[in-house]
Amino acid sequence: MNKIVAKEFFSENVVKLEIEAPQIAKSRKAGHFVIIKIGEKGERIPLTIAGADEEKGTINLVAQRVGVSTRKLAELNVGDYVTDVVGPLGRATEIENYGTVLACGGGVGVAPLLPIVIAMKKAGNRVISILAARSKDLIILEDEIRKYSDEVIIMTDDGSYGEKGNVTVGMEAAIAKEKIDRAIVIGPTIMMKFASLTTKKYEIPTIASLNTIMVDGTGMCGACRVTVGGKTKFVCVDGPEFDAHQIDFDEVLVRMRAYKTEETEALAAYNK
Amino acid sequence: MTKEEILALRNEPWRDELRKKMSPKERGAIERVKMPELAPDYRITTFTEEVQQGLTKEMAVTEAQRCLDCGDPSCMKGCPVGINIPTFIKHIEKEEFAEAIATIKQTSSLPAVCGRVCPQEKQCEGNCIKLKMNQKAVAIGYLERFAADYERESGKMQAPQCAASNGKKVCVVGSGPSGLAFAADMIKLGYDVTVFEALHEIGGVLKYGIPEFRLPNNVVEAEINTLRQMGVKFEPNTIVGKTISYEQLHEMGFDGIFVGSGAGLPRFMNIPGENLIGVMSSNEYLTRINLMGAGRGQGFDTPVLKGKNVVVCGGGNTAMDSARTAKRMGAETVTLVYRRGLDELPARAEEVHHAMEEGIDFHVLHNPLEYHADENGRVKEAVLQVMELGEPDASGRRSPVAIEGKTETIPADLVVVAIGVSPNPIIPTNFKGLEISKKGTIVVGEESMQSALSDVFAGGDIVRGGATVILAMGDGRKAASAMDEYLTKK
Repeated sequence: MNKIVAKEFFSENVVKLEIEAPQIAKSRKAGHFVIIKIGEKGERIPLTIAGADEEKGTINLVAQRVGVSTRKLAELNVGDYVTDVVGPLGRATEIENYGTVLACGGGVGVAPLLPIVIAMKKAGNRVISILAARSKDLIILEDEIRKYSDEVIIMTDDGSYGEKGNVTVGMEAAIAKEKIDRAIVIGPTIMMKFASLTTKKYEIPTIASLNTIMVDGTGMCGACRVTVGGKTKFVCVDGPEFDAHQIDFDEVLVRMRAYKTEETEALAAYNK
Repeated sequence: MTKEEILALRNEPWRDELRKKMSPKERGAIERVKMPELAPDYRITTFTEEVQQGLTKEMAVTEAQRCLDCGDPSCMKGCPVGINIPTFIKHIEKEEFAEAIATIKQTSSLPAVCGRVCPQEKQCEGNCIKLKMNQKAVAIGYLERFAADYERESGKMQAPQCAASNGKKVCVVGSGPSGLAFAADMIKLGYDVTVFEALHEIGGVLKYGIPEFRLPNNVVEAEINTLRQMGVKFEPNTIVGKTISYEQLHEMGFDGIFVGSGAGLPRFMNIPGENLIGVMSSNEYLTRINLMGAGRGQGFDTPVLKGKNVVVCGGGNTAMDSARTAKRMGAETVTLVYRRGLDELPARAEEVHHAMEEGIDFHVLHNPLEYHADENGRVKEAVLQVMELGEPDASGRRSPVAIEGKTETIPADLVVVAIGVSPNPIIPTNFKGLEISKKGTIVVGEESMQSALSDVFAGGDIVRGGATVILAMGDGRKAASAMDEYLTKK
């Protein structure tokens, strides 16, 4: 049982929770995730750690209301408990001084991007961040990202904030301006696919962080398997970050839909 | 237990007297007991009701009479944890059920579990003297289960006596059978024992893997509660190597670490279509249903795919569990695809028998070649290679050989792959200094179970790469005795 100590809505459907998890706060690094479960009959869902305060013994989680579990999470209040939290899981991001790093976050993907941006900046990189979303109200964590970035580009699909266009438009602009040594892309799978295609054109080494379906999150069930460079990999223990140019994104897109019918039915039942 | 100790117990006056009560001929004339079972057509409608209903008191006493109480009990040699089998059986014959279970608990911490899931026909019962006399083996497994169930159902479960605290702290990684057996022995010896478990529930494979119709959760829970009463501490949601590092375990004051982290990555066959929607590992399928309650219609959030035509690949106990679970999930057809023949099935004989009774179609001498998808990316059919048996291979079983060009395509909207697992990689990759085999298992001394890190011992699937509950428990016991010696000398 892990207590919620702070809660904030970034937008109507995106919530940030700060929860007590002292051991995880101590052990986690950028790129790690946790599995949480709400209620005795809840499901285990993976969420990337968006930050931690080791002294307070807390970690930050950011979730978008999509299905039943994320809705349940968003309904919890300060003082409530998350039934189960386990982590940190996965492999941490490889942080080095690469030179210039292009950090691209789509939608709620900006949350897991933040600790990587911080770590990259601290390692001495010049960091250019691109925050992309459908519209202004879905741009999150802008101030925090700005604090650790040398340059920030905001992209919205409807042009309600920053530049109009999707993430790749911003990426092309950044790449045209200066030499990029490494790119990180985190966001919806479709966004990562096209962001990855963009950097591939310019042969920029690129890392994507996958958020596949998982059950145990410890390498046991294989629900999260993906094809990377022609080989089957498990996102929970081999990832969540992989060489983006090697990921079979089309397969990921299909596998993400595995429980679409069940999820829609469950959501309808929950909303009743 | 030495031969002398076994004999001394056998020579106690009550045993002598009991032996003389009936002649070996009379004992030989009694038919082996039949376990009462739920009817197949009823039991495929229920997840939680156990197929095997357990022996009655009368049945157990009569079955115990069949045991000849021989001078050299070969059954004991077949038991990985060395239960004093004749002693407990004779207590049952005398209707001293408390003594019977106390005898078992001297060496086994999970009797109600072992009585249900051990492959007795390959162990104790496989060594029973009666087989040599052309009689059926004594139903040792049924009797073990009876003794354990009788105690639990009486509501007077006795926790074994523990030695006074010796002031030393040890921890266990993983709460499956090897870890629980280790914990039980160490707490009895006076150690302070903490068990760390990665999942939110205690029990490991006993909870996520073995279905309730074969091993009910309340049976596992009761055995774990006995350990709790003895003072074992359980910490769920804690992944050693991730949440807590090896170094942090030392800072926390643990003098010894037992790793029983079990099976990890499920194996796949690396054939086309294996990543389609609807193809999953048995670990995933069983975990969703057993541990997470998916598809059981009681308000559980975790979903599971249902199939009309389910194909299960593999021939072990996990394959049987998956096939029988699919039947209970409402599948119209369940086809078990196994590349060798019926005689080569590695599963417990009883599981195969039960699966057949429940209408599982055994498609032996077939091997999946590839899977095809429908327009939504979901599997719709499996292409199987037809096989025949060739020469015996390294395992002594006749090896399956493909019959060139002969294939069969069967409908399949759910495929469960149950062909084994690789060891869990978390400890091997996070404890620096361990010796790791090519297969990814932790290398340990055969008797000591001690790893290259002198304070780390290991057992079960993380060492064996895939074994049974009872072999894992045997490892836990060996490791406990070796770690005790190591820490006492230190």
